[in-house]
Amino acid sequence: MTPKLPTATVLIWLLAASTAHAQLKIAVIQELSGTGATAGTNFKNGVELAVKEINAAGGILGQKLEATIDDTQSNPGIAKALALKAVDDGAFAVFGPTFSGSMIVSMTQTRTAEVPNFTGAEAASLTQQHNPYIFRTSLTQTTSMPRVALYIAGTLKAKTVAVIFVNNDFGKGGRDTFVKAAAAVHLTVAADISTEAGQLDFSAPVLKAKQSNADAVFVYTNEEESARCLRELRKQAFSKPIIGETTLAGQRVIELAGPAANGVLAHVGLTAEAPIPAVREFRAKFEKAYKYVPDHNVIKGYTSVYFLKAGVEAAGKPNRVAVARALHGLKISAAKQPGALMDVAIDDNGDLDRASFIVQVKDGKQQVKEVLPPVAKF
Amino acid sequence: MADFLQLFISGLATGSIYALAGLGFTLLWQTSGTINFAQGEFVMLPTFALLAFSAIGVPLPAAFALTCVLAVVVLGWGFKRGIADPLLRFGSMPVVVATLGLSIALRNGVRAGYSAEAHPFPSLFGDDVFRIGRVAVTSVDVGTLAAALVLVLATQAFLARTVTGRAMQAVAQDTTSAVVLGIDVPRMIFYTFAINAILACAAALLIAPTYLAKFDMGESLGTKAFFAAVIGGFNNSRGALLGGLVVGVCENLAAAYVSASYKDAVALAIFIVVILVRPQGLVGQRVERKV
Repeated sequence: MTPKLPTATVLIWLLAASTAHAQLKIAVIQELSGTGATAGTNFKNGVELAVKEINAAGGILGQKLEATIDDTQSNPGIAKALALKAVDDGAFAVFGPTFSGSMIVSMTQTRTAEVPNFTGAEAASLTQQHNPYIFRTSLTQTTSMPRVALYIAGTLKAKTVAVIFVNNDFGKGGRDTFVKAAAAVHLTVAADISTEAGQLDFSAPVLKAKQSNADAVFVYTNEEESARCLRELRKQAFSKPIIGETTLAGQRVIELAGPAANGVLAHVGLTAEAPIPAVREFRAKFEKAYKYVPDHNVIKGYTSVYFLKAGVEAAGKPNRVAVARALHGLKISAAKQPGALMDVAIDDNGDLDRASFIVQVKDGKQQVKEVLPPVAKF
Repeated sequence: MADFLQLFISGLATGSIYALAGLGFTLLWQTSGTINFAQGEFVMLPTFALLAFSAIGVPLPAAFALTCVLAVVVLGWGFKRGIADPLLRFGSMPVVVATLGLSIALRNGVRAGYSAEAHPFPSLFGDDVFRIGRVAVTSVDVGTLAAALVLVLATQAFLARTVTGRAMQAVAQDTTSAVVLGIDVPRMIFYTFAINAILACAAALLIAPTYLAKFDMGESLGTKAFFAAVIGGFNNSRGALLGGLVVGVCENLAAAYVSASYKDAVALAIFIVVILVRPQGLVGQRVERKV
C-alpha cells in the first residue's frame, strides 16, 4: 500500500492540474449599474455570447473560457479594486471597464500584472500612455472625431457647430478631440456647452445651442442624457442637423428618446445595421438569445473575445505576454476569424482601425448612409 | 425675454417633479412626525411595478390600480409593520436611519431582480409640443404641473378639512392625547402610510416618463425632493409644491446664466439659506414641540 499512495497522489495532482489548465479565466469588469449600466450590460452580454460560441466550438487552442462577471457600479474606485481582484484570481485577460474614467485607474493593475485588457472606453488618452496590455474594442476618439468633423464640414457644408458634451472623462476627451478636429477642417465651434452626468433638464444647454445660431449641433453625452437632450432639442424645435458619435444613435438612445431620435445623424464605428453579412448573422444570433437589437457596445464585447482568440492563436500558446505582443500590429481578417465581424487592424498602441459608418435614425432604426473605409490595407 | 421664459417654464416642469416626490415627505411629517429617506425609492418601486404589469399586457389604468393595491400592501402595511411599528416608539431617529438602509436595499433589490438599465415609460399626456410665442411647452410639462397642483391641494384639503385628516395630524402631534380622545392610533398610522404609498404611485406615473424608469432614479429624486420640502415648509403640503418649483426654476436659471457645473449645488445652497434664515420653510409654520 505504501508505494501506491504517492503514485495516487501524483495522479490526482496531475488530473487536477490538467483540469485547472483546461480553462482560460477571463474577468468581465463592467458598469452593470449606475450611469454606465446600459453600456456595461450590453458589453457584458456581447462577451457572454462570444464565450458560449467559442466554448461550443472547442475553446481557444483547446482551452475553454471561464468568465467571471463583476459590477463596477460605474465607480472608478470599485473598478480599480475589481481589476486587482481579477489579477489576483489569475485572470488570463480582462474585459472592461467601459467608462474611460474607470479604465484610466483600473488599467494600472492589469499593466503591472501583464494581463491583456480589452476596453470599450473611447477616451483618446488611454492608449497614449504606451501601455502594452491595453487594447481597444472600438475606434478611438482620435480616429472617430476627424471623420465626424469632416462629415459636418464636408457633406453637411456647415461652417459653425455647437458642441454639447458631458462633463466626465469620456465627454471631455471627446470634446477636446472634436474641437481639434473641427479646427483642422475650418469648422468653427460657436458654442461649447458642458452638461452633467445624470442631468434631467436640458432646456438650458439646448437654449444656448439655439442662441449660438450654429449650422449644426454635435452632442456627445452618455445614453440617458443623450435621450433627454434629443427630446429637448425636438421640444425647442431645433431645426439644424443634430450629429453625434456612436452613442447618440445607439439602439438604447433610440428606445429612450422615442420619435425625438428620428433624423439624428451619427458616425458609428459599429452598428448592427451594417450592410455586412457577418454582422447581420451576428445580429440574428444575438436577437434570438437576448430578445433585443444589439447596439455598438454588444458588438464591442462580442468581437473583443474573438480578438483575444486571434491573439492567442497568433501567439501559438496561451501566454499573456506573448498574446499581448502578438496582438500589436495584428491584422484580423473576418474571413479567417468570422467572430471579428469586420477586418480589423490593431496598431502598436492597441488602437483599432477598421471601416466605420455614417448612420441616420429613421422610424426608430439606424440606416447606414455611408461606409467610411479603414486606413489600413488588408 | 423669451429665453428666460423658456427656462422658467421648463424649470416649473422639473420643479413639479420634485414637488410630487416631496409631497410624501410633508405628508409623513405632518401625520407621523417622521422622515422617510426611502421616499425616492417609494416612487421608483411603483414605477417598476407599472412597467412589469404593462409588460404582461395590462392596460395602463388597470396597471395603475393594481400598482396602488400592491403599494398599499407593501409600502403601506409592510412599511408600518416592518419599520414604523417596531421603531416609532423609540422616536423618529431610528425610523430615519432604518429608511436610509431601506433605500439602499430597495435600489439594489430592483437592480438585481429586474434591471440596472433605464427603461422608457409611457406618458399619460402624450408628447405634443405647444408654442406660446417663442416658448415651447410639452403636454407632459403642463400635465405634470397640473397634476402636482391638484395632488398637493387635495392632500392639503384632506388633512385640514376631514375628520380623518385632522385625526392623523393629532396622532403625530400627541399620541397619548389622541388615544384619550378615542382616536384609533394604529389605524391612523396605517392610513398615513397607505396614502403615502398611493401618492408615490401617482408620482411614479407622472415622473417616470421624464426621469426614465431606473433602479437608482430615487436617489437623486429623493434628495432633491427632501430639499424642496424643507425649502417650502416641511409641515405644509403646499410647501412641497413651492419648494419644488423654486428648486426647479433656480437650477435651470443657474445652468443657463451661471454654469451647468453648479446646477446640482443650487438646491443645496437654497436649502442652507432657508435653514439659516427661515427654518420653518417659505410657507411652513413655526411649531413648538415637547421634548
